Amino acid sequence: MSEQTIIGSLRVKTGFAEMFKGGVIMDVVNAEQARIAEDAGATAVMALERVPADIRAQGGVSRMSDPDMIEKIMAAVSIPVMAKVRIGHFVEAQILQALGVDFVDESEVLTPADENFHVDKHAFTVPFVCGARELGEALRRIGEGASMIRTKGEAGTGNVVEAVRHARSVLGGIRALQAMSRDELMTAARDLKAPYELVLYVHENGKLPVVNFAAGGVATPADAAMMMQLGLDGVFVGSGIFKSGDPSKRAQAIVKAVTHYDNPDILAEVSRNLGEPMVGINIDTLPEEELLATRGW
Amino acid sequence: MKIGVLALQGAFREHKQAFLRLGAEVTEVRLPSHLKGLQGVIIPGGESTTMAKLMSAYGLDTALGDFYAAGGALWGTCAGAIAVSVEIVGYPEQPRLNLLDISVERNAYGRQVASFEADLQIEGLKRPFHAIFIRAPRIARIGPGIRVISRFAADPVMVTQGRLMATVFHPELSGDDRVHRYFLEKVVSKSLTQRF
Repeated sequence: MSEQTIIGSLRVKTGFAEMFKGGVIMDVVNAEQARIAEDAGATAVMALERVPADIRAQGGVSRMSDPDMIEKIMAAVSIPVMAKVRIGHFVEAQILQALGVDFVDESEVLTPADENFHVDKHAFTVPFVCGARELGEALRRIGEGASMIRTKGEAGTGNVVEAVRHARSVLGGIRALQAMSRDELMTAARDLKAPYELVLYVHENGKLPVVNFAAGGVATPADAAMMMQLGLDGVFVGSGIFKSGDPSKRAQAIVKAVTHYDNPDILAEVSRNLGEPMVGINIDTLPEEELLATRGW
Repeated sequence: MKIGVLALQGAFREHKQAFLRLGAEVTEVRLPSHLKGLQGVIIPGGESTTMAKLMSAYGLDTALGDFYAAGGALWGTCAGAIAVSVEIVGYPEQPRLNLLDISVERNAYGRQVASFEADLQIEGLKRPFHAIFIRAPRIARIGPGIRVISRFAADPVMVTQGRLMATVFHPELSGDDRVHRYFLEKVVSKSLTQRF
């Protein structure tokens, strides 16, 4: 192209994330599932070797997926393809960028590669999404260059309770900052362990500077609509679709539920006869060391 | 002026805010009944396949066609430009509204890592417009009735045809409302929807 262009800028990266709003991003493990997700109306797919429910069941170290498998999924669908790297694993991220993946999820679902440092996401042209349990964590990830935030929830449980806790914590934190007077913001930044400029942005705008999605335990259309009504911008569904009885039907229902989240008549209609949902896990029964949300800081 | 923003999926909120800043009355459109009384509707950027499915699920595809036929104005940005086109190169089965006589190629500028910003000269605007292209479609062919309002490199990136407009970039992300104003002044002004 002859004209002057800029690629990989923060505006291009965060602007791309804006296009996912009101949409559902689905975990898929092969090209066939990716096509089912696209046909059901997914706005993007997350390519990974094992969905969180299986990672949980099988244990062991969980890493970035095989590039060959990711490329097969990229070739199978026209919608954007995301893939996960371990927390702090900047080389896995370099590999995904080289493959041309559209979005990188620096994810607590995989086994962390670094217990102290997350990836410097400003160093990449590919945009990143990161998980957060509370506002300070969200702002730290944005400070590192994340273009999109999602709740961590508790992936692979089919139990929405942790996603709700994290959504309320982030959104409640935003409301609290908004209500503060300006001279209280530096102390708030100290308490949140978050960059002052981002605290100021949230105070002035009443929202994060990037798109904010729900993730980790969404299994039904009602779960998805609840996250939207709480004030999130869209939904990731991991194990909830392909671990259920009728993935295609459930995927379509969740897509409709996210668009029509405030229309109970449509929610009632799409919630009918979806077959078996994934078998959930009661999070109280999980031992501390099996919780994924506590990975990263 | 009463403007509707198709709010099925994508960057609809940014468009809504831009039109509110310009003093328009703005409604979010999710069902056919929400089109009543509108003069112009914008189909935002997002995922074109997702939007096509959600449009047909509740009859909005037909309703938008009727809205245009009854004299309403339509503007599609990015995925919305794909939705209003008559041809999607390589995806003949993908549902579309079949209104604007252009052929579009999806993701023709590359995947997300190739998304870019660039300054555009737009007909009727004095200063260049800083445009953001995200996995943008390319307008590969324009019909005889199409007016090209802006080009990037050799390709048309903003076009109009009567009460229809398409942009393959995202004016709603630039924080500059001049393209929105153009739509209100040059396109919606032709709307005849008192009849709708």
